[in-house]
Amino acid sequence: MTDPILTLTGISKSFPGVRALHNVSLELYPGQVTALIGENGAGKSTLVKTMTGIYQADEGEIRVKGQAVSLPTAISATNAGITAIHQETVLFDELSVAENIYLGHAPRNRFGMIDWKTMRTEAQETLDSMAAGIDAGIPLKELGIAKKHLVAVARALSVDAQVVIMDEPTAALSQKEIEELYVLVELLKKEGKAILFISHKFDEIYRICDRFTVFRDGEMVGKGLIKDTPESEIVKLMVGRSVDHIFPAREAAIGETLLEVKGLSHPTEFENISFSVRKGEILGFYGLVGAGRSEVMQAVFGMTSVSGGTIVLDGKTIAPRSPADAVEAGIVYVPEERGKQGVITGETIFKNVSLPSLDKTSRGGFIRMAEEFALARTYTERLDLRASSLSQNVSTLSGGNQQKVVIAKWLATLPKVIILDEPTKGIDIGSKAAVHGFMAELVAQGLSVIMVSSELPEILGMSDRVVVMREGLMIETLENKNLQPETLVRLAAGIAEGKAA
Amino acid sequence: MTDTTATGRQLPDRLDNPVKSAVLSWESLLVLVALAIFIANSFASPYFLNEWSLSDMTFNFTEKALIALAMALVIITGEIDLSVASIIALASTMMGLALQYGADTPTLVAVGVGVGILCGAFNGALITGLKLPSIVVTIGTMSLFRGIAYIVLGDQSFRGYPASFSWFGQGYVFWVISFELVLFLLAAVIFYVVLHHTNFGRRVFAIGNNATAARFSGVRVDRIKFILFCLTGLMSGLAAVLLTARLGSTRPSIAQGFELEVVTMVVLGGVSILGGSGSILGVVLAALIMGLVTFGLGLLNIPGIVMSIFIGALLIVVIALPILFRMWRQRRA
Repeated sequence: MTDPILTLTGISKSFPGVRALHNVSLELYPGQVTALIGENGAGKSTLVKTMTGIYQADEGEIRVKGQAVSLPTAISATNAGITAIHQETVLFDELSVAENIYLGHAPRNRFGMIDWKTMRTEAQETLDSMAAGIDAGIPLKELGIAKKHLVAVARALSVDAQVVIMDEPTAALSQKEIEELYVLVELLKKEGKAILFISHKFDEIYRICDRFTVFRDGEMVGKGLIKDTPESEIVKLMVGRSVDHIFPAREAAIGETLLEVKGLSHPTEFENISFSVRKGEILGFYGLVGAGRSEVMQAVFGMTSVSGGTIVLDGKTIAPRSPADAVEAGIVYVPEERGKQGVITGETIFKNVSLPSLDKTSRGGFIRMAEEFALARTYTERLDLRASSLSQNVSTLSGGNQQKVVIAKWLATLPKVIILDEPTKGIDIGSKAAVHGFMAELVAQGLSVIMVSSELPEILGMSDRVVVMREGLMIETLENKNLQPETLVRLAAGIAEGKAA
Repeated sequence: MTDTTATGRQLPDRLDNPVKSAVLSWESLLVLVALAIFIANSFASPYFLNEWSLSDMTFNFTEKALIALAMALVIITGEIDLSVASIIALASTMMGLALQYGADTPTLVAVGVGVGILCGAFNGALITGLKLPSIVVTIGTMSLFRGIAYIVLGDQSFRGYPASFSWFGQGYVFWVISFELVLFLLAAVIFYVVLHHTNFGRRVFAIGNNATAARFSGVRVDRIKFILFCLTGLMSGLAAVLLTARLGSTRPSIAQGFELEVVTMVVLGGVSILGGSGSILGVVLAALIMGLVTFGLGLLNIPGIVMSIFIGALLIVVIALPILFRMWRQRRA
């Protein structure tokens, strides 16, 4: 067997409060495609960033063709022959295709200026060798996503990359475009490139990959040859995990229906979504990234407008046209993007917490600071917030504590329905347990909780029922009784039951 | 993560010493600067330390400072209104037009203020309704509003405002304290309370720090921005009344370049041009400083063009200072 081009050994990487990668290893062989498989948050992106010089590993070694290399910058990774094609291509819309291909290593003429003619011809040759059918002279913005991927591949060929990382390259492609991409992958294989292929879709993994490596919670849990391994085994590797987290026991008595959503549709993001949540119930929403779960929730929260459907809360039909309307009605939303949408960075903890409740803490529109501090203290202490004072700037808090501030802010409004979007994504284990414990407490008080999550243990550990979404459609609503993680993964990824059994 | 103490502890309201942070604030620096310029002025000219001189000095900033109060709120939300001077021109022209039809003083004031509010509402509707950037919209309306004034007036001017109207710009409430100064101080108190002691002000800061998160927190961002643009319109309308009354005539070139001085006052007052922070006290002090400087330069017979060079340079310096300071601190850290 040939030696691997790229070898990673003992790579570890931590962020404040999060252990993203722990002692992982990976080998990539020339002329072969290795699939990197894992749930969201398993550490795949962190690994890619480590390999492309965006992050630096805390520990471990990267070897290219047996030589140990260090990759302090993105350019050093390119020079080492490693290039990545991302889900959202990182190319320049306003530049021409040829310029995109040769950016940073354009051919020069004898005056040291860019040799446009050679660049254009060579770019065209590369594109033609791929049968891309793209004119190297046109601006990149005139191409669709699929064609942009081709340009990215051409760029990889032109820099003579030995290792090509493809990070969910098919996520935004149509079936026909995907087929074209497969042809390209074959081409790269023939050229002897080592390819790392990241994907959630099992059909394509089995179609084009030779090897696989499975990550779970930042650790490498299994690897092997695709042709020797049935799908069910890989799914098991992905989801089966050590019991590192005990979910709180639930004592909530489930009451009558509180929120009922019928036929909710959006012109592009989702269609005909119907679900209901009862008092004291946690409804889980499971699906792959991009399945449209957050979009549905933001529509219920009044952030985006819908093209059809009804929302009934507590027997009354509501049509929130802004989050302010939704909050008034009693629906609150803890967004996934904590830093951008959740907390107001640059402001203090107490101002963040009191913002939606100002009408309650003030008198006649005039601020009463004592009331605000009291409100903030009540709710942040219930969540065991770790901070030095209530006037601390939220941007200085860890992710988990920022999340507690966001939840405290909403609890103070005394909501009826609380929607949590990936509530424990990227936060430390301690804060995770606090958030989970609190969710159990909330439903015990008769609130309804909707939890969007891509983490299977969380979905299975917390939900009473689970809605599975795929590509903007509702696939199934399941009672969480003897629910197998494999079932959810299959439904979310669209794998037929018989095939995987 | 900052684990301070074991569980069961109570989070204190604040840890910093309010007295210490007040002493180290931008506002106290402005007080020192104002004092320094005051002392320099009194050495530079023998005519400066005189109650009537000082009273005259206030006319250098009151009209602009009135607008700066509202502009501070707009800039704190991360927006800007560059059309304020043109609103003055249009409001003043409309007052002059109303005068031709025999309007009395109360009607003139109503026309000035009303036109101001309408112009502000027009800006606000374009910015919040069509989601256009405020800098583009108000550069457009800057030309539009003054353009209308030029169409109406050409190279003519309106004159003959009644004496009762002139009092707004030339009258004194008692001794050397002018009506303009009293109105400005009153407005400053109101704006101080609104920005620093009401829910509305709290939401203004929240929008400036992170408009998306503010919207996600149930703040009606568009409504508040619309109100703020109406407010700069209103204050510009008021300034138009004062300025027209003081000058006694309307020309289409009235208040040319005011927007630059208003923005300079706001930024010098410590309002972040990127939004999210600032105080009314700072803006008031900055207005005073600008008044002292321009009046001092005037006493020394320095020509107007030098003054505008000075104001331009001042604007750049006060915007660059906090950024340079941050870079310097980062390099040391």
